[in-house]
Amino acid sequence: MSQSGKQVKSVSYAKYGYLFSIPFIVTFLIFSLYPTVFTAIIGFTDFKGVTATTFNFLKDPFANFVGIINNVTFQNSLKNTLIIWMINFIPQIGLALLLTAWFTNRSRKIRGQGAFKVLFYLPNIITAATVAILYSAIFGYPVGPVNDILASLHLINKPFDFSTDPWAAKLVVAFIQFWMWYGYTTIILISGVLGINPELFESAEIDGATPRQTFFRITLPCMRTILLFTLITSLIGGLNMFDIPKLYIWNGGPANATMTTSVFIYAQAFSGSYMYNRAAAASMIMFVIIAILSAFVFYLMRDKYESRSKKLIRMAKRANRKAKKGVAV
Amino acid sequence: MGTLPKIRNKKQFTGIVYAVSIVLAILSILPFWIMIANATRSTYQIQQHAISLFPSEFLMSNLKVLTGKIFNPITGFVNSLIVSTGATFCAVYFSTLTAYALVAYDWKLRQAFFTVILAVMMIPTQVISIGFYQFMYRMHMTNNLLALILPSIAAPMTVFFMRQYMLPALNLDIVASARIDGAGEFRTFNSIVLPITKPAMATQAIFTYVSSWNSLFMPMILLTKKENYTMPIMVSLLKGDIYKTEYGAVYLALTMSVLPLLIVYFLLSKYIIAGVALGSVKE
Repeated sequence: MSQSGKQVKSVSYAKYGYLFSIPFIVTFLIFSLYPTVFTAIIGFTDFKGVTATTFNFLKDPFANFVGIINNVTFQNSLKNTLIIWMINFIPQIGLALLLTAWFTNRSRKIRGQGAFKVLFYLPNIITAATVAILYSAIFGYPVGPVNDILASLHLINKPFDFSTDPWAAKLVVAFIQFWMWYGYTTIILISGVLGINPELFESAEIDGATPRQTFFRITLPCMRTILLFTLITSLIGGLNMFDIPKLYIWNGGPANATMTTSVFIYAQAFSGSYMYNRAAAASMIMFVIIAILSAFVFYLMRDKYESRSKKLIRMAKRANRKAKKGVAV
Repeated sequence: MGTLPKIRNKKQFTGIVYAVSIVLAILSILPFWIMIANATRSTYQIQQHAISLFPSEFLMSNLKVLTGKIFNPITGFVNSLIVSTGATFCAVYFSTLTAYALVAYDWKLRQAFFTVILAVMMIPTQVISIGFYQFMYRMHMTNNLLALILPSIAAPMTVFFMRQYMLPALNLDIVASARIDGAGEFRTFNSIVLPITKPAMATQAIFTYVSSWNSLFMPMILLTKKENYTMPIMVSLLKGDIYKTEYGAVYLALTMSVLPLLIVYFLLSKYIIAGVALGSVKE
């Protein structure tokens, strides 16, 4: 990139780099940076009430933050978010790894992988709002398909109410998340395996490694970055979980069992007494947590990007040498 | 002698793989199947047996119940169409332009700018929602669909993807020769660079469209007037009390919101799956 870039490098063209970036920069400043700063400022004020337009800074600037951190409902929502995320993520990554191992098995090719991938990924593309309402109908009480199936299998005598039991509510929300995301994770992991240098697998085969050994000794170690990436991006997504918990059971569910942090922030700011200041403080706390996690992803990707550009440079050098020798045209 | 059990093992292995895959595939389809079947069944039939794989003949009566109340599929559809189309155009066009600025020109702040884009990529909309809502409220832009379209001009993820695609795919010699032919920089971008990056733009367009179509949080905060509701907000109305016992109508409404996505998905599934896989490689 830098080599060909230098060929056409000219003083007068640099300004177009700035010029073409202006729409992005201006939009970012107005619609992202300004609202972020504004949110941060609101967190230090007494700004609340649906019609409020003015606000004053609090005498104790961190009152909202302290209030939120000590707020039992917020603590609970953070706990719920993490619990629901874990119940969804652990089986999700397990199943995705299993499917990846099966679908990339070199000695036994599985036919129809394309169709399976399409079907596994299907739930991910459907509007989460629709999925949430569909599942609240499917797990409906007293009439619903799941109760219907359980009754006809004689597993239950009377209909089970999935929406009043706190753990049942959590489990269903986690299951919906799992159902929506395992296909995505599987596709990502499979493409990660396909990106591994095939020579590694070939030499393992020559050395007589079993598929199991190959998977645990070669595939998994080579996928460390991609697994970590999946873990952290999924955690960030999980911390923002809103649509499913918001719509599967209205208002946080039984004993606030499905109240996630995003649902909490929404409820604080846009209902009840419109506590913008409290919600802003909660947002900023989440912002810090997510920023720390993002820093990890950022670090992972930068590392990868650098190693890739180094590889490109190596390849270019090799091509150059070959060209000098007159091997390649 | 040793090969026989091996073959049996292999057969067993394939059998297990197919069994699990087919169960998962059914799990993906079944909820939608039940939904579509129930959309054509009467509330009474659903109360008798909530699950049925076969349709009945109450589609029209369900439709009457549905549209007699607040759910308006056409309004939701049109609004979602406007927002998603606008947002997709803005995101893809301007991201390509920004990526081009990052790839084709040597400017002082280029690396710094790219680092900033990487850094803000992960920031979710939820955390800025309060400030964004207040800002829009002051500008009198709540209930204005532009508030959902314009922010997508700055789509860091899309810029990142387009840049990664352009680095190897865009031959700067072509740009240089366009310059010699006297084409302006902006014209070169529109008539030469855009066609070259079409495949990547298409992938990004699909994903931007779907995520914009499905988004609930921002529209729910900004849109308070019924005539501005997008499809996901329309769907969220089904949770209200007036649809509590109208099972058939609720399933029909859900079907209406899903069908366009299902059709698009099965038409473009090849590209979508490839796009998902590509996303991971390009990261």
